[in-house]
Amino acid sequence: MSELDIRQIGEEYRWHFIDEIRPVFKAEKGLTRRVIEAISYHKGEPEWMLKFRLRALEIFQKKPMPTWGPDLSGLDLDNLVYYVKPAEVRDAKSWDEVPEEIRRTYERLGIPEAERKVLAGVGAQYDSEMVYHRVREELERQGVIFVAIEEGMKKYEDLFKEYFAKVVPPEDNKFAALNSAAWSGGSFVYVPPGVKVELPLQAYFRVNTPEFGQFERTLIIVDEGAEVHYIEGCTAPMYSTESLHTGVIEIVVKRGARSRYTTIQNWSTNMYNLVTQRALVYGEAYHEWVDGNLGSKVTMKYPSSYLLEPGARSEILSIAFAKTGQHQDTGGKLILAAPHTSGTIVSKSISKGEGRASYRGLVKVMEGARHAKVNVECDALLIDPESRTDTYPYIEIEEESAHVGHEATVSKINDEQIFYLQSRGLEEDEAAALIVRGFIEPIAKELPLEYAVELNKLIELEMEGSVG
Amino acid sequence: MSQLEIRDLWASIDGETILKGVNLVVPKGEVHALMGPNGAGKSTLGKILAGDPEYTVERGEILLDGENILELSPDERARKGLFLAFQYPVEVPGVTIANFLRLALQAKLGREVGVAEFWTKVKKALEILDWDEGYLSRYLNEGFSGGEKKRNEILQLLVLEPTYAVLDETDSGLDIDALKVVARGVNAMRGPNFGALVITHYQRILNYIQPDKVHVMMDGRVVATGGPELALELEAKGYEWLREKVKEGA
Repeated sequence: MSELDIRQIGEEYRWHFIDEIRPVFKAEKGLTRRVIEAISYHKGEPEWMLKFRLRALEIFQKKPMPTWGPDLSGLDLDNLVYYVKPAEVRDAKSWDEVPEEIRRTYERLGIPEAERKVLAGVGAQYDSEMVYHRVREELERQGVIFVAIEEGMKKYEDLFKEYFAKVVPPEDNKFAALNSAAWSGGSFVYVPPGVKVELPLQAYFRVNTPEFGQFERTLIIVDEGAEVHYIEGCTAPMYSTESLHTGVIEIVVKRGARSRYTTIQNWSTNMYNLVTQRALVYGEAYHEWVDGNLGSKVTMKYPSSYLLEPGARSEILSIAFAKTGQHQDTGGKLILAAPHTSGTIVSKSISKGEGRASYRGLVKVMEGARHAKVNVECDALLIDPESRTDTYPYIEIEEESAHVGHEATVSKINDEQIFYLQSRGLEEDEAAALIVRGFIEPIAKELPLEYAVELNKLIELEMEGSVG
Repeated sequence: MSQLEIRDLWASIDGETILKGVNLVVPKGEVHALMGPNGAGKSTLGKILAGDPEYTVERGEILLDGENILELSPDERARKGLFLAFQYPVEVPGVTIANFLRLALQAKLGREVGVAEFWTKVKKALEILDWDEGYLSRYLNEGFSGGEKKRNEILQLLVLEPTYAVLDETDSGLDIDALKVVARGVNAMRGPNFGALVITHYQRILNYIQPDKVHVMMDGRVVATGGPELALELEAKGYEWLREKVKEGA
């Protein structure tokens, strides 16, 4: 990301540009059997997958809308388009093969440049399809697979079938069922035993069609002793009508492996972002979720780690920023199912204006998970008197020897801090932005540099004129 | 007019009047001490000079090189060259001293400050204070001892190089070694382009920072002004002696 790009954040929502694209296929509105069959037909997928989709559709139709969380009444599921195929080309290996209008979008987002400089591989999804996927050659030679999920399904069918929908089955929740029925795009990643992917793999999700649902599905298998870092970034133009993004992310972290999954979602504020992310973590393995929720109208997202064998560890770091008109309902889940497993959830939220940030988390220590250790820390910062935060910590402990710590704080921007910083020459807005940046610093420093810089700029922008 | 001048300053907080007509002049190039018993209004004066919005100024003027700064915000005053070393510096978690100092210096100078220029300045300041570079990556005042907080105030003084500094009881709670370090910092700033008002309850710090003049505040007013010998006399005879003397005069 060049410095010039970063400065453009000053134009409110900088990703608000609409591309003039004529998609090659666009499904009719609503989710019906006919639409599912059309998706399956366009993907040329095996029979078993169509059956899976149709079964998931039934589950979706039976399950009620969740009412325990944010208000979803503005989401009209019948008014959405569930599949838009932007171009004939799918999963190009070179940017030259990507249709020019679409390529230009990714250039504006700085993706090809980042790929050359700091990434091990890039995947790019535009509306319903991955238009580009490429991993560095040396990794390919070591057996690293990083392709569109459709290609994974066809080319590596046995491996794919072994794990697909095993981590997050369609029965899990209504939106997991929805994704299972309508899924399109996402990545399939396999890292062979002992292979360490030093630079991150990045997938970039862009929605351009209005009143559209994007349902990417990602499956990541990190084999024994392997290492990988996967980053997901999301943007969309602002339309006056609501859109939906419902992803399902399944990750398997085998014995002794290490993985990190970073999401920075900066969706436009008409987006319902309802995502299920889950990792199965095996013996002595380590998985980390870094979750940044800045955009969207409503986000419901609780990355979860199931620690299944002794010595498995996981950390969940979550930042949420809720402005007026936004409800960020985020947090994490840790399920400790084996002895000597341990995990941490650190959540930091900022509410501004009438924004609402809720922490929702589950810690479950199963019987027999002796000496399991969990620590949860959630801190909320309120900028304005009308800002709102809530905490919903669910803790279920079935094992006596478990150590579980939970700490929650709510703070306001303090006048003395503002005066102190102002007395050193910083303007009031700058002082407030600096305090907010300091508040999220423990998580921001875990982000890739370009995201950390962007996050800081975003906060400065959001804090302009917000105090006094 | 190169001076910090306070003219007939009246101020209150929560309806209680604390300053009742303060008059005081600190010329550029001089270091003055402001002494007085607890509750005399010394710290209030320091905060009002810096523009603390908690206080209401009812009357009077604060002139910085002839310009009335009462209507200016705290940051505007700072950028004009006024600095307050806080009696109780505030913790700002997650903000490193290095990051903060660079932002403050850029604000003060009104331009970008390159990494090289910044480091040259900071290293020099750290040497004067005999302080470890490691402090720069610590969060601003977070978990600092009282002495470390005071030293950090003087670090900021040395890096920002204000024209006028007010040190609000920077000596309180310091052991003798820390006191010497703080004094070394202030003395390093001394020169024709720097004026300071050292607010203190005790004469002790004045053994290390020689004041050009000593002012004494009582009940919201400056009641006496003299040379360094006034501080010694107060130390020997106590504030009650002065209080009696003022009464006799009145």
